[in-house]
Amino acid sequence: MRKALLAFFLFFSFNSYGAGAKIEIPKYDWSWKGFFGTYDRASAQRGLKVYREVCAGCHSMNYLAYRNLGDLGFSEDHIKAIAAEHLILDGPDDEGEMFERDGIPSDQFANPYPNVQAARAANNGAYPPDLSLIVKARPKGADYVKALLLGYVDPPEDMKVPKGQHYNKYMAGNLIAMTSPLSDGLVDYDDGTESSMDQMTTDVTTFLAWAAEPSLEDRKKMGLKVILFLIVLFALAYISKQQIWRDIKH
Amino acid sequence: MSSDQLQGYKKTLNSPYTGIKGWIDSRLPLIRMMEAEYLKFPVPKSLNYFWSFGGIAMFCLIGLILTGIFLGFHYKPSAEDAFDSVERIMRDVSFGWLIRYLHANLVSFFFIATFIHIFRALYFGSYKAPRELVYIFGLTMFMLMMATAFLGYTLPWGQMSYWGATVITNLFSAIPVVGDAILQLLLGDFTVGDSAVNRFYVLHWLLAFAIVGLVVFHVITLHMTGSNNPTGSEPQSWDETVSFHPYVTIKDLNAALFFFIIMAFILFYYPNILGHSDNYIKANPMITPAHIVPEWYFLPFYAILRAIPDKLGGVIAMFSSILALGLLPWLDTSKVRSCLFRPIWRYCVLLFAVNFLVLMYVGGKPAEDIYVLISRIGTAYWFLFIFVLAPLVGFLETPRQPLTITNYLQSKKA
Repeated sequence: MRKALLAFFLFFSFNSYGAGAKIEIPKYDWSWKGFFGTYDRASAQRGLKVYREVCAGCHSMNYLAYRNLGDLGFSEDHIKAIAAEHLILDGPDDEGEMFERDGIPSDQFANPYPNVQAARAANNGAYPPDLSLIVKARPKGADYVKALLLGYVDPPEDMKVPKGQHYNKYMAGNLIAMTSPLSDGLVDYDDGTESSMDQMTTDVTTFLAWAAEPSLEDRKKMGLKVILFLIVLFALAYISKQQIWRDIKH
Repeated sequence: MSSDQLQGYKKTLNSPYTGIKGWIDSRLPLIRMMEAEYLKFPVPKSLNYFWSFGGIAMFCLIGLILTGIFLGFHYKPSAEDAFDSVERIMRDVSFGWLIRYLHANLVSFFFIATFIHIFRALYFGSYKAPRELVYIFGLTMFMLMMATAFLGYTLPWGQMSYWGATVITNLFSAIPVVGDAILQLLLGDFTVGDSAVNRFYVLHWLLAFAIVGLVVFHVITLHMTGSNNPTGSEPQSWDETVSFHPYVTIKDLNAALFFFIIMAFILFYYPNILGHSDNYIKANPMITPAHIVPEWYFLPFYAILRAIPDKLGGVIAMFSSILALGLLPWLDTSKVRSCLFRPIWRYCVLLFAVNFLVLMYVGGKPAEDIYVLISRIGTAYWFLFIFVLAPLVGFLETPRQPLTITNYLQSKKA
């Protein structure tokens, strides 16, 4: 009954969205935009490093397996090495005991917490969302993710930020439980790229965009072929139609 | 009946074919039927491209069923597994992303084709005698389509699936006395949850095939009367018709290819543009999305629902908006079918179409003052159109004499 009332209430009032000023999310330039866009592999690889060294402390990546990293151009040995750095809970074994072992490429990304409750307990009651789909699960997608990471600024003077919350100009309601996760030079890139805030946020967002939609490149490639095929077929059908209707007065 | 009469009657049942074709056809008269209904079937020469959307909608339905079968191989209907199984389809099943995006986008294009198809019926008076049943089967299919689409949208078990299902199924509780019982029967529980997904999955399949069944009735009734055409005048001779094949088949193929090129563009480059980003978040009964909106094709009806400041009243208004359209064949008092010859009604129908789009727009907006006001005006016009304008305009306006098909084609040339 409470649910019914809640739904009823939501239904006839359902606006909490219009409240407050509208937040403008800036637009960034992404390598995968456009008809021929592809994920910038070097950027996504750096992004993986940012994820593993910073985000992975709290955020899971449940829908990715280590083997998927092959798509980003990592070699098989490299993937094995990455997987092996993580402990995976497996079992039960023949004695009925659970045991920990090194990760292998077919494992899903290791989860930082055993369960939601543990995640909440470790984060002041806030649950760090899984990041596998984050770019598709937010209205402005990649632009929003990058903006959010860059959006930690000083709050307006008249605003009181509660303890355990942080001001972020792109978060709905401007309060977020996560502290600013990145700072200049935080991650030491293997390829010597300078790890500025702008660079790191672009890289990690590229990685997350790939994680959310790994089929994007196949899709765009197939799309081009399908549309060209349909256009040729349409041209043939149009000529046939003119031929067939030629003698009909209409 | 004399023996001669009996022999004569039996002769009419004989197959016109010989050989294997004749052997099959004299036992199962399908070949003869297909030839009569799909090859030689006479269709008015004057059809324009508005008449292609029925065929296009059928292509969409076939596509949905085929992709649905393949999705069904991998989908798991439970609150625990549904979301994950969809992600597995997107990531690990070969061409799974293609099958799922096709299924999700075909629905939208099915609705686009159907909306245009219904507009065509209204504008050219296809609903009028003797095609009332064609029209009513069509509207019935449209309602089943909406039910099927709603059920399908709940299946990925994302946030919008879950909360949309919660809001919409709660409409049933507005029904006096039996509402709660119906709701529990539908959900198999007191709230939307595991058993609801399971039921919705079964019903989604069931209704999809119920639509297929109704397509058969839609087509049978259509083939009894033949197609309407822009003039609304019945063909007077063979000269005013063409055979279904190859004339209509090639024309519809052109229209369908054009339509599917546009669809392919959305499918391959903006596959999520018609969906909602919240549905990529797994359903969570503890967290309510800031803004619960139905799929775009429900928005006009959602606007009507919200226009009435009473739950039961809103539900009645929403359902009766479509049911009332079914009365149009009897409420429209004009003898003339096509809007081409109806100077006043034409603008009423065009305004009805514009009003539909306006309702769609406000249905997607928050229920704030101005939008509620617009949705009320829109809802009022919807019912005014059916119950007042349809009978009244028939009396008031002086229609032009409808052209025959031949004269219409000549006048178009000139």
